[in-house]
Amino acid sequence: MTQQRVRFYQIGSYAAGNRLLDPDQGSVQADAQRTNSLNSGHRACQGCGEALGARYALDAVMRATGNQMVAVNATGCLEVFSTPYPETAWQVPWLHSLFGNAPAVATGVAAALKAKGRTGVRVVGQGGDGGTVDIGLACLSGMFERNDDVLYICYDNGGYMNTGVQRSGATPHAAATTTTPAVGPEPGNNFGQGKSLPLIAMAHRIPYVATATVADLRDLEYKAKRAMEFRGARYLHVLVPCPLGWRTASNQTIQIARLATETGIFPVFEAEDGEVVGVSKIRRRRPVSDYLEPQGRYAHLFGAAPREDVIARIQAEADRNVRSFGLVDPRCRSMEG
Amino acid sequence: MSEASKHGPLPFAITLDVGSSLANKTGSWRTEVPAYVDRLPPCNDACPAGENIQQWLHHAEEAGYEAAWRQIMADNPFPAIMGRVCYRPCETACNRATLDEAVGINSVERFLGDEAIKQGWTVPVEAEPTGKQVLVVGAGPSGLAVAYHLTLLGHQVTVRDSCPEAGGMMRYGIPAYRLPRDVVDAEVQRIVDLGVRLELGTTVTDLEVALSSFDAVFLAVGAHVGRRADIPAGDSAHILDAVSVLAGLEEGEQPLLGRRVAVYGGGNTALDVARTARRLGATDAVVVYRRTRDRMPAHDLEVKEALEEGIRMRWLSTIAYAGAGQIKIEKMKLDETGFPQPTGEFEELAADSVVLALGQLSDLTLVENLEDVTIADGVVQVGKDLMTGHPGLFAGGDMVPSDRTVTVAIGHGKKAARSIDAWLRGTADERAARHELATYDRLNTWYYADAPATVRPRLDLARRITTFDEVTGGLDASTALFEARRCLSCGNCLECDNCFSVCPDNAVIKLGQGRYEIDLDFCKGCGLCAAECPSGAIEMFPERL
Repeated sequence: MTQQRVRFYQIGSYAAGNRLLDPDQGSVQADAQRTNSLNSGHRACQGCGEALGARYALDAVMRATGNQMVAVNATGCLEVFSTPYPETAWQVPWLHSLFGNAPAVATGVAAALKAKGRTGVRVVGQGGDGGTVDIGLACLSGMFERNDDVLYICYDNGGYMNTGVQRSGATPHAAATTTTPAVGPEPGNNFGQGKSLPLIAMAHRIPYVATATVADLRDLEYKAKRAMEFRGARYLHVLVPCPLGWRTASNQTIQIARLATETGIFPVFEAEDGEVVGVSKIRRRRPVSDYLEPQGRYAHLFGAAPREDVIARIQAEADRNVRSFGLVDPRCRSMEG
Repeated sequence: MSEASKHGPLPFAITLDVGSSLANKTGSWRTEVPAYVDRLPPCNDACPAGENIQQWLHHAEEAGYEAAWRQIMADNPFPAIMGRVCYRPCETACNRATLDEAVGINSVERFLGDEAIKQGWTVPVEAEPTGKQVLVVGAGPSGLAVAYHLTLLGHQVTVRDSCPEAGGMMRYGIPAYRLPRDVVDAEVQRIVDLGVRLELGTTVTDLEVALSSFDAVFLAVGAHVGRRADIPAGDSAHILDAVSVLAGLEEGEQPLLGRRVAVYGGGNTALDVARTARRLGATDAVVVYRRTRDRMPAHDLEVKEALEEGIRMRWLSTIAYAGAGQIKIEKMKLDETGFPQPTGEFEELAADSVVLALGQLSDLTLVENLEDVTIADGVVQVGKDLMTGHPGLFAGGDMVPSDRTVTVAIGHGKKAARSIDAWLRGTADERAARHELATYDRLNTWYYADAPATVRPRLDLARRITTFDEVTGGLDASTALFEARRCLSCGNCLECDNCFSVCPDNAVIKLGQGRYEIDLDFCKGCGLCAAECPSGAIEMFPERL
């Protein structure tokens, strides 16, 4: 386990808070005084995972830093839906420049704060997977390599969603996007392409790399807080389901993220100095089809002519994650369904 | 006009002041709207005594034991007795059973009942005296329950019973190893102390007189007459009936059962008497029953405990003849309809005595002469309000059609009290409509961690079969707390803050004290709050357009 869970309320709960808990044992999100970094009125779609993930992460960083934080945002959904000129939904100091330069701008902000002697103010860079794994990768790799004192958070929804659901380097295999349509013998996104940025970040041997999802609030908050205990470059990769691009019901955002971890599709772990130091074990392991089937972007794998072969390849990828990260506790329940 | 534009001709794009997204009321996007609902928890739905189980567990979860006990007392004046002898329909219905194991509701109830006795908690009578007089015939669970509730409602109640002590079947039917008598004494005394007039050793024989001197009468004479069966028997056969054996024991008699006892019947009473025989020194106690175990009316827990104590079972058997020192058993087989049919195969079984436990009948001589009271199938027919055909004459417990358990009887007491109260005041007994049931599929069980039930301590076997000490122990404060906290709070908010946390639009307002509100200005109607509510206490409704 990455952390000791609160095993108290309603006998060990995975919920955000509880009336029986001391306030300091509740999650940041359960606190009525939370920052609400991203305020109401933003224009994200119904059930947006990214809006949720960004508030979860930044509220946790705000608490961890005593509200001494500046956020630098890459171009993307998160920037577009939060700041249609002249309105802003941000209740934290927030800066946007270009699509590809957010890590470099964040580096600059950190350098400026250092020059002014204000090292107590911490810097967070953030963006979607397009701005992070594709367009901003050079700047981000530089930021890692120089070990600049920035926490960079990637909200991964697997595509360029606000421009019309185009493929990114983080789009999963076989998923249909408008640029990887579900046609031909190998429908959807190509196998063998794309990249895992958490592993790339680890290869830089930066102090802290972690993954999280919006389905496990406590874990996400723990990792945001833990990241602020380090100086230097840190990277947090948060899986944020997108009802628009994944073609899921708006109330299924958290359930889909949960299935991504419970199937082994998305390993949740943390690494220090390039070494994995903690893994969130799968509680109730599920076959990948449980994760794929509710999503419209995989609809071509099911229906009248199901593509068992493609599903098997995705299952093999999940199995590899389970093996290489040790996602299954030997005491865990067997695969159901 | 903004500040910037006052300073000369600047380009338009930077002339606007920074505004807040709060100006954008995203509530207009909504097609469905979430609302907090209260659904009926399955435990409450199943409780024959009508307890609000989830509510008292809610108090117990925060160690508010007295508040929890008072919540039970609103419906049931016998928590310590219930916590021992109830057959727990609540636990059968409990949604947690699907997840891991049912919440040990009964064990928490017993803890609360025992705690109340230890601490001397009492219930105050707050109602103004109404001046109405009610007679209750029979001091069993339903009679005492009706007396309790009517007293709290301000009526003067007199309870008459022909037995020397109060409690009915709780004292004269249920053996002490299941229900210690000091517990019965304490819970009965608490009712008497409210101002109930208890007249024991008094048999009511003339109902006409009673009806004219009281404003209402509640009959709860129970079912204390053992059903007989015509078993061909030799002159020296020793045949007794179970009800008399159990009642006699309570009155200090030592029934002469011998060392080998055959009990005839398959109900709880049969097991009670077999287990009692074992404790009185019988080396061999055999229950003879004509069907199979799964068709036995006795509750499974009792069968299990009886088997542990060495009681033997002869399934698919009837007693064809009872002689001196032995009986003849005929083997049965079940036909297609599940009814036992004789096979013509016989077997001898050594037995010094035969105890008949073939069911109990009500002695209804009291109402036989009342023309407007209907008796059918050996029980008095009553309406939904438990009133007989005779105005002002009510009846409940084992003497009316129902399952004959203490819990059902207590439920009758509560129901009859409300009907009698309404009848005395000339009002209608208005009952709130039942909420929709909180079924398992409404829950999001992901949020509940696995937690197996707490096992109650039990007396070791050697002491069980030689004494009448209580078999099942109680929980202590820490295990009771753990057990209460296993409650899933089905269908009702448990204040977990999930809705407040999972809303991507901050459209759930946390008001504190377990209250939340949906901010309809910004709620986009995504439904995440409802989907991620562990207890199924939020429902999406179509937005009115």
